Amino acid sequence: MRSSFSEIARLTRRAGLVLAMLCAVRHGVAQDTPLLSGGVGFFTNTNGGNTTYSPIIEPLVAIPIGDRFLIESRAVLTESFFPNQTGYDHNHFIALTYLQADYLASNHLTIVGGSFLTPFGTFNERLSPLWINNLQDGPLIASLGAMGTGIGLGGELRGSAISRNKYSIDYVGYFSTRSGNEQFNSERSAGGRVNLYLPEDRVEVGLSYGRLLQGTQENFYGMHVWWEPKDTAFRLRSEFARGHHAQGYWIEADYRTKAFGGLDSWVGRIEPILRVQQTFRRDQIVSDGLPLVNTQRADFGLDYNLPHNTRILSSYSRQFSSTRDANIWETGIVYRFLFPTWKGK
Amino acid sequence: MSPKHILGCALGLGAILVPLVAAVQAQTTTAQQPTVQTDQKPPAAPQKTAQVHSDGERIFAQNCSRCHTAPDGFPPSISGTVVRHMRVRAQLSKHDEEELLRFFNP
Repeated sequence: MRSSFSEIARLTRRAGLVLAMLCAVRHGVAQDTPLLSGGVGFFTNTNGGNTTYSPIIEPLVAIPIGDRFLIESRAVLTESFFPNQTGYDHNHFIALTYLQADYLASNHLTIVGGSFLTPFGTFNERLSPLWINNLQDGPLIASLGAMGTGIGLGGELRGSAISRNKYSIDYVGYFSTRSGNEQFNSERSAGGRVNLYLPEDRVEVGLSYGRLLQGTQENFYGMHVWWEPKDTAFRLRSEFARGHHAQGYWIEADYRTKAFGGLDSWVGRIEPILRVQQTFRRDQIVSDGLPLVNTQRADFGLDYNLPHNTRILSSYSRQFSSTRDANIWETGIVYRFLFPTWKGK
Repeated sequence: MSPKHILGCALGLGAILVPLVAAVQAQTTTAQQPTVQTDQKPPAAPQKTAQVHSDGERIFAQNCSRCHTAPDGFPPSISGTVVRHMRVRAQLSKHDEEELLRFFNP
């Protein structure tokens, strides 16, 4: 009995501490209210005549504490309805994507601790939120360098190394320990990325490196080039990644015209997308999530950007491989939300 | 149709798309920046404020818009949190963070 009281008292003290930390959020400034953001969507995927339906929600919470701390976390909740021999079956998936604490140590350094998105290439960290990705599917090589789960458990050092009017360089380096925890599953690895950005040309070039430090230790190399011409809504993104057993690339172009009344006209809201990608196996040892045989794929997308942060996605993909060619049809609608967790002053 | 033909067509389409975009943009006389709507409307602009806006707007266009479109709007009460989150995600410098915050809260 006594021990249960002391347990309750201990939990109460911890809850009080957490509340005190949350209250330390600067209400007076009224710009640092914790926020809730993310995307909610409904997707369909038709592959080989079988259609899967997936409602999904990806909430993100960001809680600033004091002047230098930020706690952020993203989760995913999805239900998939897929055909089986008797009709339709379903399964669900609920998980934390990441949970990290950020400390703004100096003008050029942020220290991150916790569970974080593996910083390799561009897709995992920057394009994976469902409200950002132009197409429903990620690139075939997205798992290369992501160290299995796409999540690291450990620490990151990141920041802007140099920021000038004509160029800027940013960096990130990380170390992750091995974890079999269901919510924070990760592999022992280390790596990083460096980006050079030329604002006048709107060109970004980045190099990534990752090393798996458990089992058969493997190196991963990546390079990306993005070009987004000034005063246009045209974007050309490309990425190459090479692992010990496979390699591949993707090139994606998307465009919105301003020529017929701007981006908010009904024509300007139309966004055609083209992505071409190829993967190549270097040997038959499968450990990286890439297709088992050399694969080519072309994705033709057509998105429509509705007002109020809503987007309709549609695409047709043709995938070729020695095992099977496939037509993949995908449609979806995504709403991006962003609001305070409570009403600030 | 073989994979090579399809990929050839896709690459060809891309090759056509790039100059087409350039041609259309050359005809576009009024270039618009992606708009950021906040609940706080910017005040009528003295020159210094306009400069601040252009810096913040430029930083937004160069960093945030590289990955995603601007949200339709959000309350000023979370602008600091949004900017701090972007500082970590987009690896902004302290100066860029301050300019961006000023852009959201002129």
